[in-house]
Amino acid sequence: MIPAPFDYKRASSAAEAISLVSEYGEDAKFLAGGHSLLPLMKLRLAQPAVLIDIARIEDLSYIRDAGNHIAIGALTRHMDVEKSPILAEHVPLLSFAASHVGDPQVRHRGTIGGSIAHADSASDLPATTLALGATYVVQGPNGTREIAAADFYKGFLESALAPDEMLTEIRVPKMNGATWGFQKFNRRAQDWAIVGVAAWKRGTESGVGLVNMGSVPVLATSVAKAIAGGASIGDAAKLAGAEAEPQSDLNASAQYRVHLAEVLVRRALESTSK
Amino acid sequence: MKVTITVNGKTHENDVEPRTLLVQYVRETLGLTGTNIGCDTSSCGACSLHLNGESVKSCTVLAVQADGGTVTTIEGLAKDGVMHPMQQAFMDNHGLQCGFCTPGMVMAAIGLLNENPSPTEEQVRIGLEGNLCRCTGYHNIVKSVLACADNK
Repeated sequence: MIPAPFDYKRASSAAEAISLVSEYGEDAKFLAGGHSLLPLMKLRLAQPAVLIDIARIEDLSYIRDAGNHIAIGALTRHMDVEKSPILAEHVPLLSFAASHVGDPQVRHRGTIGGSIAHADSASDLPATTLALGATYVVQGPNGTREIAAADFYKGFLESALAPDEMLTEIRVPKMNGATWGFQKFNRRAQDWAIVGVAAWKRGTESGVGLVNMGSVPVLATSVAKAIAGGASIGDAAKLAGAEAEPQSDLNASAQYRVHLAEVLVRRALESTSK
Repeated sequence: MKVTITVNGKTHENDVEPRTLLVQYVRETLGLTGTNIGCDTSSCGACSLHLNGESVKSCTVLAVQADGGTVTTIEGLAKDGVMHPMQQAFMDNHGLQCGFCTPGMVMAAIGLLNENPSPTEEQVRIGLEGNLCRCTGYHNIVKSVLACADNK
């Protein structure tokens, strides 16, 4: 399978990328690692007239300690998120989740920014950064703005990004000793999660994100509220499906997904993943 | 669009359509058909090769994305008629049956050992999660990789 024809442009800076996307409008798509976009283009589910290759913008691949949070450049590859000593120390939930994206070959190409901008509720990193209370920095023709992860996901593969904006940085609060767990239920190692859970807990504070439990990544706020109110993990986990609107598909019925979410939330909150 | 890609030590300059996949480029433009196309959806790993020293699935990379880069395919492994140690290990351990997944499997395995020269058996199994073998030959494939590891 070969994608439909398109014009190919290469940007060497974020400013050039935004100027190019402003010129071509909604006919253009950014290309980073291409591991979400190219499969869609091969299946003709996406048919952009112009691809703007942003992968060579060198200053958007970094992981920096920024005090109370870690700043991650949008073009940082999954493999670099997985292996980052800074993230292993301060946001281990994120590096662990990144190690479960696809397979090594995919992680050598795919980027954290691409995964988030693609806004697929079945992907691991949107729900994980949502659970962690991340903020996304986006750049457009009129400068930059910050969008809370909780305000970013609008619908199936839809985000708060305007057509002429580009995600440039992901800011993830340090976990400061929180316990955490990441649970991914699938049939084969490299598959998308049938249901996934990213969760952390520090005393009565917690954050729980659900993968593939609806058209958008889900923040399970009822679970966090119950834990803040003194509920046991087991009781709180029973509320895992409260904010979710899961679909039935070949792999699982909606009802089974809710059951999985309850079990996996409990497991994720009870023990730290290794 | 003109691309310059060094494949197996030789630099090629070609004019390609932007939509040309890297796997098409090596197979059709350069005639290096050792790299197979299996699922064509970045699931099976048959098209694995090395781009700038790392394993990638070449059915999901555009040739224009590899412009200026260095590619190694299965054809680039043997030197002077002597097989790469990983190829020899697959042969010695019966790490293949029909052979379709083998080029991708070997490239992924070499990439795995480049990143982790002394893996455990479990790390080999997880490290090859992106490569499917329909002859269910994983046992001997894992054995082959472990035979090449530093800690064998």
